Amino acid sequence: MPDKDLQALTEQEYKYGFVSDIEMESIPAGVNEDIVKLISRKKGEPEFMLEWRLRALRHWRTMREPTWQKPHYPAIDYQSIIYYSAPKPKKELSSLDEIDPELRATFEKLGISLDEQKRIAGVTGGLDSATAASPAPGVTPRVAIDAVFDSVSVKTTFQETLKEQGIIFCSMSEAIRNHPELVQKYLGSVVPFTDNYFATLNCAVFSDGSFCYIPKGVRCPMELSTYFRINTAGTGQFERTLIIADEGAYVSYLEGCTAPQRDENQLHAAVVELVALDNATIKYSTVQNWYPGDKEGKGGIYNFVTKRGIAHKNARISWTQVETGSAITWKYPSCVLKGDNSVGEFYSVAMTRDYQMADTGTKMIHLGKNTKSTIVSKGISAGKGDQSYRGLVKITKAASGARNFSQCDSLLLGDKCGAHTFPYIESQNKSAVVEHEASTSKISDDQIFFLRQRGLSEEDAVNLIVNGFCKQVLSELPMEFAVEAQKLLGLKLEGAVG
Amino acid sequence: MPTPLLEIKDLHVSVEGTEILHGLSLSVNAGEVHAIMGPNGSGKSTLTKVLAGHEAYQVTSGSARYKGKDLLALEPEIRAREGLFLAFQYPLEIPGVSNTYFLRAALNAHRKHRGQPEMDAAKFLEVLKEKAKQVDVDPALLNRPINEGFSGGEKKRNEILQMLMLEPTLGLLDETDSGLDIDALKIVAHGVNSLRSKERGFVVVTHYQRLLDYIVPDYVHVLFQGRIVKSGKKELALELEKKGYGWIEEELAAANPGSVKV
Ligand SMILES: Nc1ncnc2c1ncn2[C@@H]1O[C@H](COP(=O)(O)OP(=O)(O)OP(=O)(O)O)[C@@H](O)[C@H]1O
Ligand SMILES: [Mg+2]
Repeated sequence: MPDKDLQALTEQEYKYGFVSDIEMESIPAGVNEDIVKLISRKKGEPEFMLEWRLRALRHWRTMREPTWQKPHYPAIDYQSIIYYSAPKPKKELSSLDEIDPELRATFEKLGISLDEQKRIAGVTGGLDSATAASPAPGVTPRVAIDAVFDSVSVKTTFQETLKEQGIIFCSMSEAIRNHPELVQKYLGSVVPFTDNYFATLNCAVFSDGSFCYIPKGVRCPMELSTYFRINTAGTGQFERTLIIADEGAYVSYLEGCTAPQRDENQLHAAVVELVALDNATIKYSTVQNWYPGDKEGKGGIYNFVTKRGIAHKNARISWTQVETGSAITWKYPSCVLKGDNSVGEFYSVAMTRDYQMADTGTKMIHLGKNTKSTIVSKGISAGKGDQSYRGLVKITKAASGARNFSQCDSLLLGDKCGAHTFPYIESQNKSAVVEHEASTSKISDDQIFFLRQRGLSEEDAVNLIVNGFCKQVLSELPMEFAVEAQKLLGLKLEGAVG
Repeated sequence: MPTPLLEIKDLHVSVEGTEILHGLSLSVNAGEVHAIMGPNGSGKSTLTKVLAGHEAYQVTSGSARYKGKDLLALEPEIRAREGLFLAFQYPLEIPGVSNTYFLRAALNAHRKHRGQPEMDAAKFLEVLKEKAKQVDVDPALLNRPINEGFSGGEKKRNEILQMLMLEPTLGLLDETDSGLDIDALKIVAHGVNSLRSKERGFVVVTHYQRLLDYIVPDYVHVLFQGRIVKSGKKELALELEKKGYGWIEEELAAANPGSVKV
């Protein structure tokens, strides 16, 4: 395509870059024992939590920030970050359940309704819900939402309805207070506080997040989701999510996120832990749309996230992610296939443009017999975007009959972007079958010409091709989010082709 | 005389700096079918692609007018929405994009251009099924990704299906008959004929007289080394079938010594 046409294509602005004017209560910047104690006290935590946090902090001080990943960034000053920032409670609110109207308005603007009567426009927010795939008449798909604003959860919907089936869905702070036995048993059981630099920091300073427990044999009747919003300048967001599906339980969980447009980088270092007990299934989907920075690469979120699940006997954990935002994305949602016959899946679409960088992939650790894993990774790079797929498939001695299939495809739009694939395979069991396929392609001018010859605009043509490329992954998302993710990719592509 | 539907005058076209068409002229009126024949590499596909607006083909001089307007000034998608359709010699595959989804998007782009509302999904599927039946396209193919894993003949019928859905004013068919078995050839020809009307025109590129038994042309042109060197009625196709292109080359050489590269 000639450059002038590319220039002429619309430049899509980040739609969620606004800042809400909400009175916030922040603590001083920096991380030390006093800060950790302060956060723990503010949350009214039991002693065991504080101890755990302090152990993490001490350990963190002995660690070094990793440098093996491809994206490089200027040193982060951890003492200049504000680790806790929460909306100030307004006095005139009549009940504890009530939410500050400003906050409600912010989430409405993002397309997230905190009102149980309304259905949400979706997790990526703001997109026109009217054009999303419509559900069958009479069946309004309900989604329970935990809305996290900076450091705290402001509202969790449908808690009562879910409780009828014994499902606990609440903020992490509430869980620590109300279900300490579950938290103590499982928090850190999948991602220990010694795990890695960012996860360890998270253990020390995490301020909130979502908690979910599905009891034995229960199929969660609605999608559960968390929407993360960073608002205050200078803050970092450190949240923790813990999902436990008891024996034979099923849950589908979704997270979405946005942040204001700012010139400085902001750090988001989250930890997600999934525990799928025998015969349980957890589907975890992410539509990540953090502010990516501007055209020159200024600003944007550093999205350094640790996500891991442990699958017991016959259990299944499935990660699906659509990563379109952030200046740097660094995450490897992983599965520890501990129980025999357990299944791990990773479906990923990552799109980078302008100066965005992504180093993402997965780890599948096969411990049990006849464990199976599937990896499908689709990377799209445009502009000066650069991304790496980094995946580890590890088959241990005991994992006889283990199988893995990996497929990593990259699509390049233009010739200034890059795609790299780093598959690591460690197999200690001869009976294991590991297959890896990889491809790198460019959108061909002839394909675009063909679609334009049928009447589609150049943008629609690119969009269609990209969506076709991602289809295998998008089809893993819950239906209405798939439609949204597709639109989000479309918006993301505008002006990105070159 | 009414304005021709398509009027090409002295068109010179280059690809990557090499001139392929050296001053081609052709005029197609509404209601007419023109067949273009010519040896491999003579520039037939180049002509169809440059008319459709492929950016790899540069017009260095000459003109092409469509419905009286400067065709070459229009973006490819505008040409398409204005009713110009190209059935490709080598249809492309688009992985992951379903035929149905794509056709609906294309049709609605055309409708929007004409100021018509989008066709609703139910109506669209009804029309699509009916047209698919007309060109014997298996309904299963409609939900498969565009041309992915289609047989050669299925791809060609899929092109014609797209044409039937979009109902163009000017259809350019580039060797749609190649790779078709005899039954498929009749089906495709029938599909094309069903669109023939006094408002529409067709340019049919082919190597074989056989197709022209079914799509009977008003004129036949011989494209040779980037120029139309001979035009006639449908009988010319029969003559070419019998004698090949050698005699045309000789005739040309005799008329203008030195003009033909041998
Ligand atoms: N994109 C291109 N790049 C380079 N050369 C090209 C390109 N397109 C066409 N050509 C050249 O232009 C000449 C004419 O090609 P064209 O495809 O138009 O021939 P044709 O008449 O359609 O042949 P056939 O009967 O084999 O389909 C050939 O020599 C071909 O190699
Ligand atoms: Mg050709």
